[in-house]
Amino acid sequence: MKKLISIIFLLYIAYQLFVVFYAIPFGTDEVRSKVGKFYLEHSPKDLQVANTVTSIVVNFRGFDTLGEVTVLFLASTALGSILFRRREVHTRLSHLRTSVEASSIVRVTGRILFPMIVLLGAYVFIHGHLTPGGGFQGGVIIATGFLFLLLAYRQFTIDHKTIMWVESLAGITFAGIGLVGIFMGKTFLENFLGVGKLNELISGGIIPLIYIAVGFKVAAELTGILDTILLISITVDETENQTEKNG
Amino acid sequence: MSTILTILVVIGAIVLIAAALFAVHKRDLVVATVATSVISLVLSLFYFLLQAPDVALTEAAIGVALTTIIFIVTIRNTKRFED
Repeated sequence: MKKLISIIFLLYIAYQLFVVFYAIPFGTDEVRSKVGKFYLEHSPKDLQVANTVTSIVVNFRGFDTLGEVTVLFLASTALGSILFRRREVHTRLSHLRTSVEASSIVRVTGRILFPMIVLLGAYVFIHGHLTPGGGFQGGVIIATGFLFLLLAYRQFTIDHKTIMWVESLAGITFAGIGLVGIFMGKTFLENFLGVGKLNELISGGIIPLIYIAVGFKVAAELTGILDTILLISITVDETENQTEKNG
Repeated sequence: MSTILTILVVIGAIVLIAAALFAVHKRDLVVATVATSVISLVLSLFYFLLQAPDVALTEAAIGVALTTIIFIVTIRNTKRFED
Protein backbone atom coordinates (compact mmCIF):
# COMPACT_ATOMS: atom_id res chain seq x y z
CA MET A 1 0.00 0.00 0.00
CA LYS A 2 2.77 2.38 0.97
CA LYS A 3 4.66 1.50 -2.21
CA LEU A 4 1.57 2.07 -4.33
CA ILE A 5 1.05 5.52 -2.83
CA SER A 6 4.66 6.49 -3.43
CA ILE A 7 4.50 5.23 -7.03
CA ILE A 8 1.35 7.26 -7.67
CA PHE A 9 2.97 10.28 -6.05
CA LEU A 10 6.10 9.96 -8.21
CA LEU A 11 4.01 9.52 -11.34
CA TYR A 12 2.08 12.67 -10.48
CA ILE A 13 5.33 14.64 -10.01
CA ALA A 14 6.65 13.24 -13.31
CA TYR A 15 3.42 14.25 -15.05
CA GLN A 16 3.59 17.80 -13.70
CA LEU A 17 7.25 18.15 -14.74
CA PHE A 18 6.37 16.79 -18.19
CA VAL A 19 3.59 19.34 -18.59
CA VAL A 20 5.91 22.21 -17.69
CA PHE A 21 8.79 21.13 -19.90
CA TYR A 22 6.56 20.06 -22.80
CA ALA A 23 5.40 23.65 -23.13
CA ILE A 24 8.98 24.66 -24.02
CA PRO A 25 9.94 23.38 -27.48
CA PHE A 26 13.04 21.21 -27.35
CA GLY A 27 16.27 23.07 -28.05
CA THR A 28 14.92 26.58 -27.61
CA ASP A 29 16.35 28.84 -24.96
CA GLU A 30 13.18 30.00 -23.29
CA VAL A 31 14.76 30.72 -19.91
CA ARG A 32 17.82 32.63 -21.01
CA SER A 33 15.92 34.77 -23.45
CA LYS A 34 14.06 36.52 -20.64
CA VAL A 35 15.84 37.15 -17.35
CA GLY A 36 19.23 35.80 -18.36
CA LYS A 37 19.51 38.25 -21.21
CA PHE A 38 19.11 41.14 -18.79
CA TYR A 39 22.00 39.88 -16.66
CA LEU A 40 24.21 39.11 -19.64
CA GLU A 41 23.68 42.60 -21.02
CA HIS A 42 23.82 44.63 -17.84
CA SER A 43 26.65 42.86 -16.03
CA PRO A 44 29.49 44.02 -18.33
CA LYS A 45 27.81 47.33 -19.18
CA ASP A 46 26.61 48.69 -15.83
CA LEU A 47 28.93 46.91 -13.41
CA GLN A 48 32.02 46.26 -15.57
CA VAL A 49 32.18 42.70 -14.22
CA ALA A 50 33.45 40.01 -16.58
CA ASN A 51 32.04 37.05 -14.60
CA THR A 52 28.26 37.35 -14.84
CA VAL A 53 27.71 34.67 -12.19
CA THR A 54 29.58 36.77 -9.64
CA SER A 55 27.66 39.90 -10.53
CA ILE A 56 24.37 38.03 -10.01
CA VAL A 57 25.45 36.41 -6.74
CA VAL A 58 26.95 39.50 -5.14
CA ASN A 59 25.22 42.45 -6.75
CA PHE A 60 21.82 41.58 -8.20
CA ARG A 61 21.12 38.90 -5.60
CA GLY A 62 23.41 40.14 -2.83
CA PHE A 63 20.80 39.85 -0.10
CA ASP A 64 20.36 36.13 -0.86
CA THR A 65 24.09 35.64 -0.49
CA LEU A 66 23.98 37.27 2.94
CA GLY A 67 21.26 34.80 3.93
CA GLU A 68 23.28 31.91 2.51
CA VAL A 69 26.34 32.90 4.52
CA THR A 70 24.16 33.13 7.62
CA VAL A 71 22.88 29.60 7.02
CA LEU A 72 26.45 28.32 6.83
CA PHE A 73 27.28 30.19 10.03
CA LEU A 74 24.29 28.61 11.78
CA ALA A 75 25.30 25.14 10.58
CA SER A 76 28.85 25.49 11.82
CA THR A 77 27.68 26.92 15.16
CA ALA A 78 25.22 24.06 15.64
CA LEU A 79 27.87 21.47 14.84
CA GLY A 80 30.30 23.13 17.22
CA SER A 81 27.75 23.22 20.03
CA ILE A 82 26.90 19.54 19.57
CA LEU A 83 30.46 18.24 19.22
CA PHE A 84 32.28 20.68 21.46
CA ARG A 85 34.74 18.92 23.77
CA ARG A 86 37.76 21.05 23.13
CA ARG A 87 39.29 21.91 26.49
CA GLU A 88 39.29 18.50 28.20
CA VAL A 89 40.27 16.63 25.04
CA HIS A 90 43.12 18.97 24.40
CA THR A 91 44.75 18.38 27.77
CA ARG A 92 44.02 14.66 27.82
CA LEU A 93 45.32 13.95 24.35
CA SER A 94 48.40 16.13 24.19
CA HIS A 95 50.63 13.11 24.82
CA LEU A 96 48.71 10.89 22.41
CA ARG A 97 48.59 13.13 19.38
CA THR A 98 52.26 12.85 18.51
CA SER A 99 52.18 9.05 18.63
CA VAL A 100 49.73 8.75 15.73
CA GLU A 101 51.68 10.57 13.05
CA ALA A 102 50.99 10.28 9.32
CA SER A 103 53.63 8.88 6.98
CA SER A 104 56.57 11.08 6.04
CA ILE A 105 55.34 11.39 2.43
CA VAL A 106 52.08 12.93 3.58
CA ARG A 107 53.87 15.22 6.04
CA VAL A 108 56.41 16.58 3.55
CA THR A 109 53.82 16.97 0.79
CA GLY A 110 51.50 18.73 3.19
CA ARG A 111 54.19 21.17 4.22
CA ILE A 112 55.05 21.99 0.60
CA LEU A 113 51.50 22.07 -0.77
CA PHE A 114 49.77 23.97 2.05
CA PRO A 115 50.96 27.49 1.05
CA MET A 116 50.17 26.78 -2.60
CA ILE A 117 46.64 25.61 -1.81
CA VAL A 118 46.00 28.69 0.33
CA LEU A 119 47.41 30.90 -2.43
CA LEU A 120 45.13 29.25 -4.99
CA GLY A 121 42.13 29.79 -2.73
CA ALA A 122 43.01 33.43 -2.19
CA TYR A 123 43.49 33.87 -5.94
CA VAL A 124 40.08 32.34 -6.63
CA PHE A 125 38.21 34.67 -4.29
CA ILE A 126 40.18 37.83 -5.05
CA HIS A 127 39.65 37.32 -8.78
CA GLY A 128 36.03 36.26 -8.30
CA HIS A 129 34.74 39.01 -10.57
CA LEU A 130 37.21 38.22 -13.38
CA THR A 131 37.60 34.44 -13.48
CA PRO A 132 35.33 31.51 -12.55
CA GLY A 133 34.93 30.94 -8.86
CA GLY A 134 34.43 33.30 -5.97
CA GLY A 135 34.24 33.63 -2.23
CA PHE A 136 32.62 30.30 -1.54
CA GLN A 137 34.88 28.26 -3.82
CA GLY A 138 38.03 30.01 -2.64
CA GLY A 139 37.05 29.52 0.99
CA VAL A 140 36.47 25.80 0.45
CA ILE A 141 39.86 25.46 -1.26
CA ILE A 142 41.58 27.14 1.71
CA ALA A 143 39.69 24.84 4.09
CA THR A 144 40.99 21.80 2.17
CA GLY A 145 44.51 23.17 2.67
CA PHE A 146 43.96 23.25 6.42
CA LEU A 147 42.43 19.78 6.19
CA PHE A 148 45.67 18.55 4.63
CA LEU A 149 47.67 19.93 7.55
CA LEU A 150 45.22 18.46 10.06
CA LEU A 151 45.57 15.03 8.48
CA ALA A 152 49.35 15.23 8.14
CA TYR A 153 50.27 16.61 11.57
CA ARG A 154 48.33 15.35 14.52
CA GLN A 155 49.88 17.94 16.82
CA PHE A 156 48.67 20.73 14.52
CA THR A 157 45.81 22.48 16.27
CA ILE A 158 43.55 25.30 15.20
CA ASP A 159 42.78 28.08 17.61
CA HIS A 160 39.02 28.34 17.67
CA LYS A 161 39.17 31.84 19.09
CA THR A 162 41.06 33.07 16.01
CA ILE A 163 38.57 31.25 13.76
CA MET A 164 35.70 32.92 15.60
CA TRP A 165 37.27 36.36 15.25
CA VAL A 166 38.00 35.95 11.53
CA GLU A 167 34.49 34.67 10.91
CA SER A 168 32.78 37.42 12.88
CA LEU A 169 34.87 40.20 11.36
CA ALA A 170 34.21 38.89 7.83
CA GLY A 171 30.47 38.71 8.54
CA ILE A 172 30.46 42.20 10.02
CA THR A 173 32.34 43.48 6.97
CA PHE A 174 29.71 42.01 4.66
CA ALA A 175 26.80 43.47 6.61
CA GLY A 176 28.67 46.75 7.12
CA ILE A 177 29.28 47.21 3.40
CA GLY A 178 25.57 46.61 2.92
CA LEU A 179 24.68 49.20 5.57
CA VAL A 180 26.95 51.82 3.99
CA GLY A 181 24.61 51.69 1.01
CA ILE A 182 21.74 52.76 3.28
CA PHE A 183 23.79 55.58 4.79
CA MET A 184 24.55 56.82 1.29
CA GLY A 185 20.81 57.30 0.89
CA LYS A 186 20.25 54.28 -1.34
CA THR A 187 19.32 50.65 -0.70
CA PHE A 188 20.95 47.86 1.34
CA LEU A 189 23.98 46.42 -0.53
CA GLU A 190 23.88 49.24 -3.06
CA ASN A 191 27.00 49.32 -5.23
CA PHE A 192 28.25 52.69 -4.02
CA LEU A 193 31.86 52.56 -5.26
CA GLY A 194 32.95 53.41 -8.78
CA VAL A 195 32.76 50.42 -11.09
CA GLY A 196 36.09 51.03 -12.87
CA LYS A 197 36.98 49.33 -16.13
CA LEU A 198 36.13 45.85 -17.42
CA ASN A 199 38.72 43.10 -16.79
CA GLU A 200 40.74 45.06 -14.25
CA LEU A 201 41.47 43.76 -10.77
CA ILE A 202 40.02 46.82 -9.05
CA SER A 203 36.65 47.04 -10.73
CA GLY A 204 33.05 46.20 -10.06
CA GLY A 205 32.69 48.47 -7.02
CA ILE A 206 31.89 46.55 -3.84
CA ILE A 207 31.86 43.11 -5.50
CA PRO A 208 35.53 42.17 -4.84
CA LEU A 209 35.31 43.51 -1.26
CA ILE A 210 32.25 41.40 -0.47
CA TYR A 211 33.74 38.32 -2.09
CA ILE A 212 36.94 38.66 -0.08
CA ALA A 213 34.85 38.86 3.11
CA VAL A 214 32.81 35.82 2.04
CA GLY A 215 36.02 33.92 1.26
CA PHE A 216 37.46 34.55 4.73
CA LYS A 217 34.16 33.64 6.37
CA VAL A 218 33.67 30.38 4.48
CA ALA A 219 37.30 29.34 4.99
CA ALA A 220 37.08 29.98 8.74
CA GLU A 221 33.74 28.19 9.12
CA LEU A 222 34.70 25.09 7.18
CA THR A 223 38.10 24.85 8.86
CA GLY A 224 36.35 25.00 12.23
CA ILE A 225 33.89 22.28 11.19
CA LEU A 226 36.69 20.00 9.94
CA ASP A 227 38.76 20.52 13.07
CA THR A 228 35.78 19.71 15.31
CA ILE A 229 34.93 16.55 13.38
CA LEU A 230 38.52 15.27 13.24
CA LEU A 231 38.97 15.92 16.95
CA ILE A 232 35.90 13.82 17.76
CA SER A 233 37.46 11.03 15.71
CA ILE A 234 40.59 11.13 17.87
CA THR A 235 38.48 11.08 21.05
CA VAL A 236 36.61 7.98 19.90
CA ASP A 237 39.90 6.26 19.09
CA GLU A 238 41.22 7.00 22.52
CA THR A 239 38.13 5.76 24.36
CA GLU A 240 38.34 2.55 22.30
CA ASN A 241 41.96 2.08 23.31
CA GLN A 242 41.04 2.62 26.95
CA THR A 243 38.25 0.03 26.86
CA GLU A 244 40.60 -2.43 25.20
CA LYS A 245 43.17 -1.87 27.93
CA ASN A 246 40.57 -2.22 30.68
CA GLY A 247 38.91 -5.26 29.11
CA MET B 1 30.08 19.30 -29.85
CA SER B 2 32.88 17.53 -31.68
CA THR B 3 33.07 13.75 -31.98
CA ILE B 4 35.86 13.34 -29.42
CA LEU B 5 33.89 15.40 -26.92
CA THR B 6 30.77 13.31 -27.51
CA ILE B 7 32.72 10.10 -26.91
CA LEU B 8 34.17 11.63 -23.73
CA VAL B 9 30.70 12.58 -22.49
CA VAL B 10 29.34 9.08 -23.20
CA ILE B 11 32.26 7.45 -21.35
CA GLY B 12 31.75 9.90 -18.47
CA ALA B 13 28.04 9.11 -18.29
CA ILE B 14 28.75 5.37 -18.20
CA VAL B 15 31.32 5.87 -15.41
CA LEU B 16 28.79 8.04 -13.57
CA ILE B 17 26.03 5.43 -13.63
CA ALA B 18 28.45 2.59 -12.83
CA ALA B 19 29.86 4.48 -9.83
CA ALA B 20 26.36 5.31 -8.60
CA LEU B 21 25.25 1.67 -8.78
CA PHE B 22 28.51 0.61 -7.13
CA ALA B 23 27.96 3.09 -4.31
CA VAL B 24 24.46 1.78 -3.68
CA HIS B 25 25.26 -1.93 -3.81
CA LYS B 26 28.66 -2.07 -2.12
CA ARG B 27 28.46 -3.09 1.53
CA ASP B 28 31.85 -1.65 2.43
CA LEU B 29 30.92 1.96 3.18
CA VAL B 30 34.42 3.38 2.66
CA VAL B 31 34.48 2.01 -0.91
CA ALA B 32 30.97 3.39 -1.44
CA THR B 33 32.13 6.83 -0.27
CA VAL B 34 35.05 6.76 -2.69
CA ALA B 35 32.58 5.84 -5.45
CA THR B 36 30.43 8.88 -4.61
CA SER B 37 33.51 11.08 -4.82
CA VAL B 38 34.18 9.61 -8.29
CA ILE B 39 30.62 10.68 -9.20
CA SER B 40 31.42 14.22 -8.07
CA LEU B 41 34.65 14.24 -10.08
CA VAL B 42 32.92 13.19 -13.31
CA LEU B 43 30.04 15.60 -12.61
CA SER B 44 32.45 18.51 -12.19
CA LEU B 45 34.00 17.61 -15.56
CA PHE B 46 30.49 17.65 -17.04
CA TYR B 47 29.74 21.05 -15.53
CA PHE B 48 32.95 22.35 -17.06
CA LEU B 49 32.02 20.96 -20.49
CA LEU B 50 28.57 22.54 -20.18
CA GLN B 51 30.24 25.93 -19.64
CA ALA B 52 29.53 26.28 -15.91
CA PRO B 53 33.07 26.57 -14.49
CA ASP B 54 31.82 28.16 -11.25
CA VAL B 55 29.66 25.15 -10.46
CA ALA B 56 32.47 22.83 -11.54
CA LEU B 57 34.85 24.45 -9.02
CA THR B 58 32.31 24.12 -6.22
CA GLU B 59 31.53 20.52 -7.08
CA ALA B 60 35.21 19.61 -7.22
CA ALA B 61 36.05 21.24 -3.87
CA ILE B 62 32.93 20.21 -1.92
CA GLY B 63 32.00 16.90 -3.50
CA VAL B 64 35.44 15.41 -3.95
CA ALA B 65 37.27 16.72 -0.90
CA LEU B 66 35.04 17.88 1.96
CA THR B 67 32.04 15.54 1.73
CA THR B 68 34.29 12.51 1.31
CA ILE B 69 36.39 13.35 4.34
CA ILE B 70 33.33 14.03 6.52
CA PHE B 71 31.77 10.71 5.46
CA ILE B 72 34.99 8.79 6.04
CA VAL B 73 35.47 10.27 9.51
CA THR B 74 31.87 9.40 10.36
CA ILE B 75 32.29 5.83 9.10
CA ARG B 76 35.49 5.50 11.09
CA ASN B 77 33.62 6.43 14.24
CA THR B 78 30.64 4.16 13.62
CA LYS B 79 30.59 0.98 11.53
CA ARG B 80 32.45 0.19 8.34
CA PHE B 81 30.15 -2.51 6.94
CA GLU B 82 26.48 -2.24 6.18
CA ASP B 83 24.16 -4.85 7.67
